Amino acid sequence: MTTALTRNPWAGFALRRCWRLLVSLAVLVTASFAMIHLIPGDPVRAALGTTASPALVAAEKHSLGLDQPLLSQYVTFLGNLFRGRLGESISTQLPVSQIISSRLPATLEIAVPAFVLILLTAIPLGMSAAVLTKDGRRRRGELAFTTATGLLGAVPEYLLAVGLVAAFAVALPIFPAASQGGPSSYVLPVLSLTVIPAAVLSRIVRVETLRVLGEDYMRTARAKRLPARLHYLRHALPNLLTSSLTLGGMLFTSLLAGTVLIENVFAWPGLGATIVTAITQKDYPLVQGIVLVYGSASLLITFAVDMALGLADPQSTIRGS
Amino acid sequence: MSSLELRGITVRYGRFTAVENVDLLVPEGTVTGLVGGSGSGKSTLGKAVVGLAPITAGQVLVDGGDLGRRRGRGPVQLVFQNPYASLDPRMTVGAAVAEALPRTGRAARSTEVARYLELVGIDPSRAVLTPDALSGGQRQRVALARALAARPGVLIADEITSALDVSVQGAVLNLLRELQRELGFAMLFISHNLAVVRYLSDQVAVMDEGRLVECGPTDRVLRQPEHATTRTLLACVPTISPAEEAS
Amino acid sequence: MPHLPSPSVPSSSLLHRLRRTLRTPLGVTALTACIVLAVVAVLGPMLFGAEADRVDTNAIDQGSSMAHLLGTDDLGRDIAARVVVATRLSLELTLQATVIGVVGGLLLGVAPTVLGRRLGRLVTATVGVLVAFPGLLFVLFLATVFGVGSTGAMFAIGVATVPSMARLVQNMTASIAGSDYVAAARILGVGRFRLVSRHLLPNIAEPSALFATQAAAGILLSFSGLSFLGLGVQAPQYDWGRLLNEQLNGIYVNPVAALAPGVAVVLTGLTFGLVGEVFAKASGRRAPLSRQQPPSEQSAMAPAPLPDESAEGALVQVHDLRVGFPDGREAVRGVSLTIGHGEALGLVGESGSGKSLTALALADLVPHPGRVQAAEITFDGHDLRSDPHLGTTLAMVFQDPMASLNPALRVGRQLSEVAEVHLGSTRAQARARAVDRLSAVRIPSAARRARQRPHEYSGGMRQRAVIAMGLMGEPKLVIADEPTTALDVTVQQQVLDLLAEVRTETGAALLLISHDLAVVAQVCERVLVMYAGRIVEDLPVAELVGGAAHPYTRALVGAIPTMTTDPNTELATIPGRPPEPGDADQGCSFAPRCALATDRCRSTRPELVGFDTGRRVACWHPVGAVLPLDVRPVDAEAAS
Repeated sequence: MTTALTRNPWAGFALRRCWRLLVSLAVLVTASFAMIHLIPGDPVRAALGTTASPALVAAEKHSLGLDQPLLSQYVTFLGNLFRGRLGESISTQLPVSQIISSRLPATLEIAVPAFVLILLTAIPLGMSAAVLTKDGRRRRGELAFTTATGLLGAVPEYLLAVGLVAAFAVALPIFPAASQGGPSSYVLPVLSLTVIPAAVLSRIVRVETLRVLGEDYMRTARAKRLPARLHYLRHALPNLLTSSLTLGGMLFTSLLAGTVLIENVFAWPGLGATIVTAITQKDYPLVQGIVLVYGSASLLITFAVDMALGLADPQSTIRGS
Repeated sequence: MSSLELRGITVRYGRFTAVENVDLLVPEGTVTGLVGGSGSGKSTLGKAVVGLAPITAGQVLVDGGDLGRRRGRGPVQLVFQNPYASLDPRMTVGAAVAEALPRTGRAARSTEVARYLELVGIDPSRAVLTPDALSGGQRQRVALARALAARPGVLIADEITSALDVSVQGAVLNLLRELQRELGFAMLFISHNLAVVRYLSDQVAVMDEGRLVECGPTDRVLRQPEHATTRTLLACVPTISPAEEAS
Repeated sequence: MPHLPSPSVPSSSLLHRLRRTLRTPLGVTALTACIVLAVVAVLGPMLFGAEADRVDTNAIDQGSSMAHLLGTDDLGRDIAARVVVATRLSLELTLQATVIGVVGGLLLGVAPTVLGRRLGRLVTATVGVLVAFPGLLFVLFLATVFGVGSTGAMFAIGVATVPSMARLVQNMTASIAGSDYVAAARILGVGRFRLVSRHLLPNIAEPSALFATQAAAGILLSFSGLSFLGLGVQAPQYDWGRLLNEQLNGIYVNPVAALAPGVAVVLTGLTFGLVGEVFAKASGRRAPLSRQQPPSEQSAMAPAPLPDESAEGALVQVHDLRVGFPDGREAVRGVSLTIGHGEALGLVGESGSGKSLTALALADLVPHPGRVQAAEITFDGHDLRSDPHLGTTLAMVFQDPMASLNPALRVGRQLSEVAEVHLGSTRAQARARAVDRLSAVRIPSAARRARQRPHEYSGGMRQRAVIAMGLMGEPKLVIADEPTTALDVTVQQQVLDLLAEVRTETGAALLLISHDLAVVAQVCERVLVMYAGRIVEDLPVAELVGGAAHPYTRALVGAIPTMTTDPNTELATIPGRPPEPGDADQGCSFAPRCALATDRCRSTRPELVGFDTGRRVACWHPVGAVLPLDVRPVDAEAAS
């Protein structure tokens, strides 16, 4: 990279991140194309069942383009991808893009509120835990916090979901146990997605806060005898945000994956429930399409977090490769 | 006895030139002090000689022979600045020194290790300890023993006393001077401290922004500096006694 | 440099530390949990296998009862027995997948170091791309390829663990490969594979083991998740996830049955977590401290009487200052000093002498868990023990200018807030004052620089900015703790000049802490020499060369070559090493290293007593000084 852009460290950083995003997307597209070819045996026969007539299998292979040479299949696949065509589902014969666009909103409707809730609870919680327990104060409070968040971290999300259903839909029928409906039907799925990542993130935030409070510049701030509000909010918060988000970035992509399990518990009509059915029914074009959507969404989230961090903390652009 | 000759050494990292076209001769059995501010490229030059920094252009000659890209135990060894980082925390002192020795039998090895530890003033019975049981000065002695165990013709000392306490620094300098006179290796002594360089060196080389700006006998360079950088460095040496300042 | 990690307590081997950790309550819990798991996994299928598989059409979908503790499933099989029997398969699959993940991760992680630069980069880049995908997506993709079933799922989950493990190993090996000791081994011609086996692997073993236990916990959860989705273990085999899947539909009828396999998953996950904690503790990061000693008895001692010569109207008056730690170590052991208005005082000592803690105690900035005690500590007439609010009359300058400014805030903001908080200035006034102060420390184009963040400043400029920060108010004392140690020689001079200039312009007193006698000699009038937590000599700068009375001060001066040292003479050396703060404290702390030491030095501690005018020394055999006999403590005479 010898353009003038690299002289500006931020522009160089942005360029490197864009390049990485493009490479990752290319890898994702190629992997999802390769998936059907990696399956041992005859995937079409496996999908249609052993009773399907050879003529039917051949016809299906033809419609999937599997009788073409590999390279031309790849070119066709890329061409279709650019026009937004993802092929047809084997089981329903509907276009994959249509299935995805009808299912995606339901997933986003629980993922986005969960994302916001995680941020809104984990950061204040972790920070206050750190401030209250720093310098060996409130040893019991510290123990309670680490134990509680540690326990929550060991619980799989879907299990929490089952527990929540058992408690708030079966034992105390406050919320509906399954399926999408009115606003109350969102409560349990969103909570199931929020609680565990929020606990894990607040642990990270606490550790990061303690680290930041021990930094030399916080000693400088102490030497200035600032009121606590300025000390923590102005001096500590920006520094711990950047580092916590770097560590927590992975959490957000895994949130997306978490929806797969949660949707299955609540019979939520989103993408996650769809991909599981598609995998069991060996509906490869549909799996392929959904993998592409999930994969590119994760890459975009990572990219967005990186860029936001680069803007917030210019030093990370120099560090970052 | 070996000499070290650098011919047109250039080190570039991408667009940044750390060392540019440096020619320097360290005659056999003598000490050359290399001074300069931070970022002058003096440490990079030292690393380039032992192959830890990529040489973009130029040659390193030991006894007139090109060092090239040869592998294995080199005739040039380097002692690092920070003795807390230059010894493997999981390796005993004895194993660290043994790593530098040519492959021989077990018994011969341990006598050699003991010999080198004794040479730098460390009780050989301490060979079984890991570095965290040693003080900074003792660690630096071990690092020195390790470098000497490789029987180098040329030794590069990269700010070896600047991480040490004052009371220890003197002892390490005494030891280094004594060993150099006794074993007769050529030495490139890199330091930002002119007084220390003056104490040890026969010749002084001054670097600034990657270039060698002045080089000559210690006395001449420090008494009649020719280059502005040398004069600035001399002016910045803090002195203890006010009387010196006046003179 | 004085801020390097002090030589730590000699550490024993990992095995030894592991054994010690296993004796703590945490270790006992972890070990017990592991044994219970192993026993259940081995014996469970033998004891309860038959019952778990017995179909009973008379007892379909029952709730919990005496006969069936957790009820029965839709074929009338006992759920409790099935949960117990499922332990073996769940653990087997988890451990197999963990082995795949860890081995694959180690191979890929170490590969960049062993392979050439180009191939290594390719591996690093590939791993970098792969870690961006969430693990579950990986698992779903691989499960599609490998096919639904336990073997497929085991490979899928194992392979999906590889990227994150590889990334961790890569980061660790990269930092070790960049270390000086690996560089030294390279110069010695140690080959790539020996480098990996002798230097890299031993140094990453502990964090890798820790990660492996965490990965195992994660894999256990993923496996149960996959089986729960119906993509993992297939009937008639069953693991906990599969059981959960089967019971979910019955959650209205028998919620306990639906949750029981989940509880098993969580408990097992916690066991892995505990094992990880044991590793973390044993690896030293959270090592159990040796029994903490009760706080030193020193505090109970009656404070020594105040010296009668205590100067009236001194700016700082400190008597018998002590800084101790909860483990009983005392880093500052009874320091008394006065700083006059406008005086420039140097505080000199080696690392561990307690000079920095003395300065931090004056500014009420001693870090946790240090405890400050003093018979008297006043600043500008205020007793600091009752009223530590120093406001803007005290300015601090720290050692590392790279770390002492907040990287997230603009420099101007960091200055102006002082005026806003303490002087009641408006935002605009404060900003103008900040720019004014920045130009006062000769930062060029201060208005523009004030809008920049610290990383755009050079080291010298940052240190100027810190000094400017202290000048926002009207300081009466500037404490500078090793202000030039981290700076280049040429910049060092400029910062020292600036400090001297600040002093003459504001009339503030200066306390300059340094390990470098020459630095102190340039700026200060009077020097205090500290050794092992005490002041051993107090003398005018002019007396440093040739006039020092304490053997330690003389040795310090002689140990540094100056521009006039004869290159043919040996430098003065001090044998031995300074005592650690926890060492036994009897007699003169310097006696073991002192050539002049006598029995009296080893048994009785000399007090810091005055002689001449304004000079003090703590020594029984001061060089060239005649101490008035009556000043010496009588009991000390008797003891010797």
